[in-house]
Amino acid sequence: MIKTFVAALVMLAPLGAEVTVIKNATIMTESSKGTIKGSILVRDGKIAEVGESVMVPQGATVIDASGQYVIPGIIDCHSHIAVDGGVNEGSVSVSSMANIKDVINPDDIGIYRALAGGVTTANILHGSANSIGGQTIVLKMRWGKDAQGMIFEGAMPGIKFALGENPKRAGNPTPARGAAPNTQIARYPATRMGVEDTIREAFNEAKAYKASWDDYQAKVAKGEHLIPPRKDLKLEALKEVLEGKRFVHAHCYRSDEILMLIRVADDYGFKIKTFQHVLEGYKVAKEIAAHGAGGSTFSDWWAYKAEAYDAIPYNAAIMAKKGVVVSLNSDDAELMRRLNTEAAKAMKYGGISETEALAMVTLNPAKQLAIDNRVGSIEAGKDADLVIYDKNPLSNFAKVQKVMIDGQKYFDRDNEVSGRPAKQLEKQRLIDKEKQDQQRQTDAQKKAGQGARRPQ
Amino acid sequence: MKNLVSALLLCCACAAAQTPSAVAIRNAKIVTVSGPVISKGTVVLRNGLIEAVGENVSIPADALVIDGEGLTVYPGLIDGLSTWGMPGTAAPAVTATAGRGGRGATPTPAATTTPAPPPARGPEDRPSTTSWLKAADEVQPTDRRLESGRSAGYTTAVVFPTRGFFAGHGAVLNLAGEKPGDMVIAPSVGQYISVAGARGFGGGFPSSLMGAIAYIRQIYLDAEHYALVKQAYERDPRGMKRPEYDRALEGVLESKRILLPANRETEMDRMLRFAAELKQPVILYGMREGFDPRAADLLKKANAPALISLKWPEKGRDTDPDEVETYRTLETRDKAPMAPALLKKAGVRFAFYSDGLEQPRDLQRAVKKAIDAGLSREDAVRALTLSTAEIYGVDNRIGSIEKGKIANLVVTRGDLFDDRTRIEMVFIDGVKHKPALEITPAGRGGAPTSGDPGDNQ
Repeated sequence: MIKTFVAALVMLAPLGAEVTVIKNATIMTESSKGTIKGSILVRDGKIAEVGESVMVPQGATVIDASGQYVIPGIIDCHSHIAVDGGVNEGSVSVSSMANIKDVINPDDIGIYRALAGGVTTANILHGSANSIGGQTIVLKMRWGKDAQGMIFEGAMPGIKFALGENPKRAGNPTPARGAAPNTQIARYPATRMGVEDTIREAFNEAKAYKASWDDYQAKVAKGEHLIPPRKDLKLEALKEVLEGKRFVHAHCYRSDEILMLIRVADDYGFKIKTFQHVLEGYKVAKEIAAHGAGGSTFSDWWAYKAEAYDAIPYNAAIMAKKGVVVSLNSDDAELMRRLNTEAAKAMKYGGISETEALAMVTLNPAKQLAIDNRVGSIEAGKDADLVIYDKNPLSNFAKVQKVMIDGQKYFDRDNEVSGRPAKQLEKQRLIDKEKQDQQRQTDAQKKAGQGARRPQ
Repeated sequence: MKNLVSALLLCCACAAAQTPSAVAIRNAKIVTVSGPVISKGTVVLRNGLIEAVGENVSIPADALVIDGEGLTVYPGLIDGLSTWGMPGTAAPAVTATAGRGGRGATPTPAATTTPAPPPARGPEDRPSTTSWLKAADEVQPTDRRLESGRSAGYTTAVVFPTRGFFAGHGAVLNLAGEKPGDMVIAPSVGQYISVAGARGFGGGFPSSLMGAIAYIRQIYLDAEHYALVKQAYERDPRGMKRPEYDRALEGVLESKRILLPANRETEMDRMLRFAAELKQPVILYGMREGFDPRAADLLKKANAPALISLKWPEKGRDTDPDEVETYRTLETRDKAPMAPALLKKAGVRFAFYSDGLEQPRDLQRAVKKAIDAGLSREDAVRALTLSTAEIYGVDNRIGSIEKGKIANLVVTRGDLFDDRTRIEMVFIDGVKHKPALEITPAGRGGAPTSGDPGDNQ
């Protein structure tokens, strides 16, 4: 009887109006409400109500989260998962024509693993092989949806810039497979000053390009019939930066270069939205804050190259105290699965509060990507992107139990674990089937071979 | 000299004499493909065309009569995407130098004599582009693979240059002829586009999939702009700087349709969207995961046809037996041959292509695999004849046994796809060819780029 009842409920859930209530939870809202014990009402993909007690509408799916914690979906401001065919168009020092949007790979298992680590949104960036890299895009980890279904609707797209060792590395890109090392492939720039020059040159071109289009559009508006200027995809993206229609996410390490890029941006009249990695950000935090840029850094990952030596674990806390909006990112499919503990490290180093630490992987990256009107905290009206942990998420013993995006469940640890034996069985069936087929083929060939050798 | 000429003439006369003006195959089972199967009928060929077909067709007095008792006549098979007859593809060094085209570029240099051009620095260098190249101009009637194809029952192939991002124009070619011109049925039926070699084409731009896509997109923007400027200049050249001639864009503008690679469902989605954005009629090729139900939905919605590779994914012979493979890899190998049956059921237009298979036996077995996975024999034949012709818009001349169509036939003893079946003869332009009993492997591999035409990695 109970079984049938439960089955009926499960059957009904997707049919009725999409209402879910998570109750009896410790809710770390990251809003003015702070951390409360209570319930969340989710309706049609949005958070309808948060409070100590909410009305449970009839037919609502109820998740009892007694003893558990709910946080806003984690947002990773720097990721390279879900990309097909290479994250670097490293052949040229300005590759702004390339666009991650064209190569979203919704099949990447990294998405599911990120989900299992509580990540619901990620900023998918081009690599750092060149001074100005490709166009970037914000995705929701809607595992199972197609490429278009992954895109965070309405989120401003970006572009990747990179300073320092990576873009100046001589011989980027590596020669084609099997080809002999070719000096011709060595690519300008080879120095840090060359990187600045590359960016300035690109924006000189972009300004001229923008002027030619503005001129054309003004003339057309006056009724002239003209052939439009050539559309140049490389400069089109930079024109959007100049027009404030595309965010700049700049990979950087050293403080001198951070200041350099701020000067370049001021000269050309655009803004840097985020400094990425920014391991020396603590040295120039005031300048970063004054520019209005965010800082997206690692908690304690450094010394993997010369320019990453002068890093300290207090970077995030110091930048935050100087008024920079700070997030902690992964830049890595594996680290992406445990960003909650990255946030916890900011409490140990820098002594910031639990709420502030959690904000570094939720509300702050949302602000940096200008999607904080939609996600980043648990407030009525925001997207129901929620993560349920069994323990305090800032503990490294905490495990993600359920993840919801737009009110839909995309990860459930119970289903995941209980589903494994069946998947293993199905896999074994395929392996056995193939082995049998191969055996049959070998036998047939042997038979045919013997037949041929037999004397007539 | 005079002697030589007369000797040649004599030879020609001999050849002509061997081919009577008309051929009639009687008492044969005829699979017309466009209409019902005729269980016992006659086909008459004359002057390279099908003169008559039916149960009660009178045999002309001058016809060479072939008794078709126990034989089945099919339309000649068509390889939907082929390199048969194209000069040897291949060594990476050649690939690297091939086709730096674009503005004022010199013709493709021979690898041995000219140093490789510097790597491309952007779309303006037109990297790995030979969009102007025509298979019809390149085809070599002496290619051993033509005979190999004929021996498997193929009379025709849609042959493409396959090197580079814009490789060039495909042609519908008959697999026999004295000179290349004899072989051409339609000289330009589409542009072969590839994104697979982004890392292998010489080290310059583009080096990633997204770079390749950006390049293709930029080329189409440039082509559109080029056409506008050229038009304006043609109208009134005075006072206007003449547009710079760009053969890469000329080649693109001439293309009737584009062929884009797609193996995974994600790639199908990506490429169909891309083709729509470029406003180009498209054919997808590859289709390794065509069994995915979403594949059929996508193709149906886009009303786009697909070319299915006959090179089904298989476990490599040298793979470590202890290697752990993903469920997805296993599933793909298991289900790939189901794609044709599933696409048929969904009403998607599709055809087969050889994808590097050359041996008659391999080609036959590959089709059989699709039949074992649920495709009807009739649909298998169609996917090698009329469907292919329809996809390329040449179904008014080939693809079925109908009066007035080109006399391309394959005559078998037994069902086309059975193991013990013998291909008795093929007719190409009405000329009879005997299949070779054994085909020596075509030495210099002319196989298409790789086993993974749509492999975006």
